Amino acid sequence: MSLLNAPTARRMRVTAVRSRNAASFRLMEMGLIEGAEVTVLRRAPLGDPMHVRVGDSELSLRNADAESIDVAPF
Amino acid sequence: MPSRSTLHPSDAPSAPSHHHATNPRAAAARIALVGNPNTGKTTLFNALTGFRRHVANYPGVTVEVAHGTITGTSVELLDLPGSYSLAANSPDEAVLLDALCGRIPGQPPPDAILAIVDASVLPRNLYLLSQVLEIGLPVVIALNMIDVAQSRGVAIDAPELSHRLGVPVVPVVATDPRTLPPLIDLLRAALPGQRTAASGPELPADLTRLRAALPAAPNPAIALRVLLDRDGAAPRAYLAAGGSRAALDAARRQLDDQHIDVAAEVRARYAWIGRLLDGVVTRPPQPVTTWTARLDWLLTHRVWGALVLALVLFVLFQSIFRWSQPLMDFISDRLMGSLAALATVALPEGAVRSLLVDGLIAGVGGVLVFLPQIMILFGLIAILEDSGYIARAAFMVDRIMRAAGLSGRSFIPLLSSFACAVPAIMGARVIADRRDRIVTILIAPFMSCSARLPVYVLMTSAFIPDRYFLGGWIGLRGLVMMGMYLIGVVVAIPVAWLLKKTVLAGPPPGFVLELPTYKLPRLRAVWQRMSHAGAHFISRAGTVILAVSIAVWALAYFPRSATTEQRVRATAVAAGWDESRTDAALQAEFARHSFLGRIGRALEPAIRPIGWDWRIGAAIVASFPAREVVVSSLGTIFSLGHDADEADLRGALAAATWSDSGRPLFTVSSALALMVFFALCAQCASTLVMIGRETGNWLWPVASFSFMTAVAYVAALLTAVIARGLGCDG
Ligand SMILES: Nc1nc2c(ncn2[C@@H]2O[C@H](COP(=O)(O)OP(=O)(O)O)[C@@H](O)[C@H]2O)c(=O)[nH]1
Repeated sequence: MSLLNAPTARRMRVTAVRSRNAASFRLMEMGLIEGAEVTVLRRAPLGDPMHVRVGDSELSLRNADAESIDVAPF
Repeated sequence: MPSRSTLHPSDAPSAPSHHHATNPRAAAARIALVGNPNTGKTTLFNALTGFRRHVANYPGVTVEVAHGTITGTSVELLDLPGSYSLAANSPDEAVLLDALCGRIPGQPPPDAILAIVDASVLPRNLYLLSQVLEIGLPVVIALNMIDVAQSRGVAIDAPELSHRLGVPVVPVVATDPRTLPPLIDLLRAALPGQRTAASGPELPADLTRLRAALPAAPNPAIALRVLLDRDGAAPRAYLAAGGSRAALDAARRQLDDQHIDVAAEVRARYAWIGRLLDGVVTRPPQPVTTWTARLDWLLTHRVWGALVLALVLFVLFQSIFRWSQPLMDFISDRLMGSLAALATVALPEGAVRSLLVDGLIAGVGGVLVFLPQIMILFGLIAILEDSGYIARAAFMVDRIMRAAGLSGRSFIPLLSSFACAVPAIMGARVIADRRDRIVTILIAPFMSCSARLPVYVLMTSAFIPDRYFLGGWIGLRGLVMMGMYLIGVVVAIPVAWLLKKTVLAGPPPGFVLELPTYKLPRLRAVWQRMSHAGAHFISRAGTVILAVSIAVWALAYFPRSATTEQRVRATAVAAGWDESRTDAALQAEFARHSFLGRIGRALEPAIRPIGWDWRIGAAIVASFPAREVVVSSLGTIFSLGHDADEADLRGALAAATWSDSGRPLFTVSSALALMVFFALCAQCASTLVMIGRETGNWLWPVASFSFMTAVAYVAALLTAVIARGLGCDG
């Protein structure tokens, strides 16, 4: 399942980061890599971007970037 | 694992380490402060240096690099830009690595690194640290936000972490000075020799081999970036410095064959961090519900969050648009006004007095008048940033800003630009991505600022009929004013979009934004930001703005011939004019013959189709220092004395006629066109100077001025033609 479609407030594990662009490298550097625990906290009022917790930190990423991240239930 | 090489700081033979061990001036050690954004880096810098922050100007570097002396020592502390990684796409991001490796012209490398890490987000903070360790300089770690970590029930065994890393780790709370002495003692003590071997991340063996083999790379940390950051700043710098493209391509092909990219680096580093922290960090069995989580529920909520945002923006806008007004009035009327009055009384009429009053004092006033807005905006931005709210605001509006190809970060600067573009352009520093920042800076002047208001008010009240529609609910004048505010936005969106597609095209930066924990902003830090913004504006833009004001004054003043004066006086005597009428006529005649008047007449063929004569042209040129000056310039040119008020001006403008046909000069169409012109033009020297300063490239203000003037001209012409076509002139 892609992070984009992940249910809110459920702990998930990242299984793959499929794209290789500046944004996905930055996300990886910030901890969104295979094996990391990620929870979707909410989506912005207009549906995009989304607010996630990765490990100890919280970040916002756009749906387009979330789409290329695969997750599975924890 | 024998197939992998173990990296540790002493693997960096060419790194500039230890060189102050032999330096006779070892007392003046320089320590670089490095860390992720939002770790409390600024707070720690201020606490260590006693808030004495000096901004260094590095050539070609637009991000701020500040320095200060650690209190009670002679150690100099450099505050480098916060970053999550040494990987850099833009020159601005590359400053960190360049400064650490001594690659900034005229700047030796630091003697040691003070790495600040946020204890409440430790693993992610150690990512940058793992890269920094590879530079090979001595490192001291300040483990900050211990209080935040504790409040979440997270405990960190600092001595064990220090033991495993082989570098000192000092727990601190940057906001609490009592926690700092151990850190200061450590920094004061001789730093060299404190490094003990520590094992670093196990990067893929091929990567380590290739980076060691890359010819002419200054050190392994740089070589790594040259190899891995495909579109990054490091390979560009490497090739520009004469690095071998063939060798780089060959090395990259090998990496491609092995599927080694940044992802491999990230995996290796996080694997190392996982091992490093195993047994060092103890977490509670159940995560503690934090204040930040509760506040976020409210502040990013569809309804409540939007309401709070609207309220915040309202306060922001009101404060720069209205609440700064008394201060601005004080500066321009009381301070500068009384200076001018003093000079007028003290000096005889003539060029010197005019230079002093209309050139110098008006110019200084024109600079100082921006201070209230700049300082208020920076105070509010400091509060929004330090509290962590600005990231939430960006999160909420990101989707909207994407219409212009920008991100949520551009929202606050653009909104403040409706009050004044000058603080807004400085405020664009909150945008991390360089391209987005420049686009935001370039479109900010399209937002109708408060200096346009006097022009809109004058033209609307004088020439737009006071009509109402829908039973008095909608007034024509109100509609016209609203249209002027809208037109800038309507033009700015395609301009931003075009810039992002052409000159500022590049890989989309993505919008990865950290949402830090909420903190209570500290007054002293806020005040520091305000005063620095003010001082920065005066020192970097003030002199240029003043020079432009004086130059335009000279254009308007010279030449003055005695024959012109004699002619006017003779007419006056013949017609029996009183002194003030004579004086007004004289000023108008001088204006006509001045360089500015000549420029206006030279422009007349171009602006005649819009319905403007040379007088309007000259007034527009005279308003180059600041748009609102056009009102007083019109006053002078249309022979109004010094103490005429706006009603007199409206009357004079309405009475003005074309010299050849005798038809009225100002009509609905030519007045509308003038408003549209001012809505879109770049007649503001301060804005242009700020664009040059903040982008670090003077071509931008030149391009901006040319483009905006062209757009304004075409739009004014279209407005006039369409309005005439619709029969607006009656
Ligand atoms: N509770 C707590 N807050 C801190 C600490 N250090 C900094 N802060 C606060 O964190 C916010 C961000 O700090 P700042 O120094 O601006 O972070 P920077 O982005 O790294 O420069 C400010 O509101 C500081 O007052 C700390 O050790 N504990």
